[in-house]
Amino acid sequence: MATEILMPALSPTMEEGTLSKWLVKEGDTVSAGDILAEIETDKATMEFEAVDEGILGKILIDEGSEGIKVNTPIAVMVEDGESVEDAAAEAKAPTTQPAAEKPAPQAKAADSAPPAPESDTSPDWPEGTTLKQQTVREALRDAMAEEMRRDEDVFLMGEEVAEYQGAYKISQGLLDEFGARRVVDTPITEHGFTGLAVGAAFGGLRPIVEFMTFNFAMQAMDQIVNSAAKTLYMSGGQMGAPIVFRGPNGAAARVAAQHSQDFAAWYMQIPGLKVAMPYSASDAKGLLKTAIRDPNPVIFLENEILYGRSFDVPDIEDYTVPFGKARIWREGDDVTIVSFGMGMSYALEAAEKLAKDGIEAEVIDLRTLRPMDTAAIIRSVQKTNRCVTVEEGWPQGSVGSYISSVLMQEAFDWLDAPVINCTGKDVPLPYAANLEKFALTSTDEVIEAVRKVTYK
Amino acid sequence: MAARKTTKQPNVAAEDLKRYYREMLLIRRFEEKAGQLYGMGLIGGFCHLYIGQEAVVVGLEAAAEEGDKRITSYRDHGHMLASGMDPDGVMAELTGREGGYSKGKGGSMHMFSREKHFYGGHGIVGAQVPIGAGLAFADRYKENGRVTFTYFGDGASNQGQVYETFNMAALWKLPVVFVIENNQYAMGTAQKRSTSTPELYTRGEAFGIPGEQVDGMDVLAVKEAGEKAVAHCRSGKGPYILEIKTYRYRGHSMSDPAKYRTREEVQKVREERDCIEHVRTLLLDGKHASEEDLKAIDKEIKQVVNDAAEFAKNSPEPALDELWTDIYAEAAPQNA
Ligand SMILES: Cc1ncc(C[n+]2csc(CCOP(=O)(O)OP(=O)(O)O)c2C)c(N)n1
Ligand SMILES: [Mg+2]
Repeated sequence: MATEILMPALSPTMEEGTLSKWLVKEGDTVSAGDILAEIETDKATMEFEAVDEGILGKILIDEGSEGIKVNTPIAVMVEDGESVEDAAAEAKAPTTQPAAEKPAPQAKAADSAPPAPESDTSPDWPEGTTLKQQTVREALRDAMAEEMRRDEDVFLMGEEVAEYQGAYKISQGLLDEFGARRVVDTPITEHGFTGLAVGAAFGGLRPIVEFMTFNFAMQAMDQIVNSAAKTLYMSGGQMGAPIVFRGPNGAAARVAAQHSQDFAAWYMQIPGLKVAMPYSASDAKGLLKTAIRDPNPVIFLENEILYGRSFDVPDIEDYTVPFGKARIWREGDDVTIVSFGMGMSYALEAAEKLAKDGIEAEVIDLRTLRPMDTAAIIRSVQKTNRCVTVEEGWPQGSVGSYISSVLMQEAFDWLDAPVINCTGKDVPLPYAANLEKFALTSTDEVIEAVRKVTYK
Repeated sequence: MAARKTTKQPNVAAEDLKRYYREMLLIRRFEEKAGQLYGMGLIGGFCHLYIGQEAVVVGLEAAAEEGDKRITSYRDHGHMLASGMDPDGVMAELTGREGGYSKGKGGSMHMFSREKHFYGGHGIVGAQVPIGAGLAFADRYKENGRVTFTYFGDGASNQGQVYETFNMAALWKLPVVFVIENNQYAMGTAQKRSTSTPELYTRGEAFGIPGEQVDGMDVLAVKEAGEKAVAHCRSGKGPYILEIKTYRYRGHSMSDPAKYRTREEVQKVREERDCIEHVRTLLLDGKHASEEDLKAIDKEIKQVVNDAAEFAKNSPEPALDELWTDIYAEAAPQNA
């Protein structure tokens, strides 16, 4: 049976091309893989190979012809003994109907983010619960230890996590309890061990990867974004990476530009990742336990300065905090202050001071940035009509700018003033003590912003 | 075609030889069909064909045991077929259809199968190497005796993360076979233009990883080397490197101007070293199969491939709702 040879698409974008040269002539016997012709596109000249064997019965498009559309018949192949004329008449193009075009569904901004649960204002622990004072450091350690006891597949890896007991002593005691099989010191090889941990997650384990600080995770960004975050989607749901990437993030103190960066806004952008950024010790504990159990890759952003701070932690067995539920630390009617992580300490201090002047701020701790409890922010702004956001990261493309846009789109009619974003200054963090202080956001800046939006 | 002279008949069962022939032929015909569908506009984007390299995966799969894992780059169709994945599902992924392995959301470069222990299909050159070591890390952790085949190219062998991985794999004695498929080109860059020392099998020496070079156009040589490497890994001695010298006949991807090598160079390998012709000759010379038998296999393979193409054309495009699925796995309910 005769078959038509069609003008091929030789690149993802090719729609037409020039048939610059035939390398075979009518009557030639060709076998699969023989070069039939040279085809020129706007990018290059390429060779076009035969797919099947046969005899070139008839050339339909002469060499030198320009603007030949992809899929136009350019020649007819026949089998031994077949007449070219009959064949040409009989040959018909294979049907290659692309599936019908359908309109793309309307994408809503927050659609791909994991669904935030209906935010509720219930406290994180029942009334009457005994509380104990714990540092964020101890709370993180307890969370890991509890989860490692609970699930044999959970293990911790990173630089200095085992024998040194953690560069910031977060993994203190874990090597003793769990041994070197489950508390693994890695070489200084961020890109490599991140990829290896992703593979271990594909292979059925639940790695906790400690980055000595998140500054060094930039070396591993490809494995975090391209391998950990996207595989579930690219595999049509077959294979994902249950993994926690954790470590200190943001400015420490006097370590200058390369060691002081807040990555909250970077990671928050990636579908497939979840992002948690606790402020208090109870949230550090409850969120980390949730993160370790989550079947998805979770970025867990800690803060070196907060490690040593103490908070009330409920003395409850198996205390977890759900993702996507903001915590309201302080209720107020005059302004909503939204923050997370270290920014919360400025927000809360500012609220205390403002209260003395009769301005009552509602302070919301987002706790997780993806999913983000935007409903809690909107509900609060519907009451206060004003909003200030606080974070350490840079202003352009900040978490605050995202919140501002959500408020503009979903709570425009309730706003009585533009939203103000308190952020780090738009500079690499300097070393000098005075410059460093000046570059970071501060309680005073938050107070000033609140006065601006409340016109007080 | 004038295949290389085989001086002696190898010590291999006729049935095995026939199986390798069939498996290599399936890959070749499948890839030819994929190229054809690409030309018809049914496959889009990047599409990297494996034609010429078939003996590498078929030889190594012959050395694998049930439960062993494999992971590779974007040039992955051959690996999937050799691991037993369904040609229909692979082809339908190429056409971006619902019936594809990733429901049309991964494409040529991103397919996976838990069932066949195939861990992708990775589009970033070198990224699969630490991931492969991580699969082996999980197996060592579970002490299940499994081995992971981690495939990558001569070009990828210059990535830093490969050496980060060699170090960890040797340090932790991970059961991983690093398979360098040296097809002598990374896109348009001949190996000698990118690589300071040509002997890639020695790249593990600094880490104490043994390596050897293998003729990748000879499926039996590949299988033999694979068995040795796998035995090394399974006995707890850590990783092993196989540099498999092979050759790709087609362009790097479908859009390849092919100006970096001569037509004669390609033709010469095809005529003198083709891996399928090699086995064909062994089968005929050893009287393990007749021309008729081989014709029957050809016909059967052609049917499988045509059926896959039909399936891939007729499977519907994914429903638009699919856009929003598989971004997050469902979390277990909170018990707090
Ligand atoms: C990190 C990265 N850089 C560049 C590319 C573009 N690219 C894709 S394949 C390729 C060549 C790789 O050659 P090799 O490793 O020899 O594998 P082969 O294609 O020969 O199988 C390049 C440069 C990429 N995908 N990823
Ligand atoms: Mg190559």
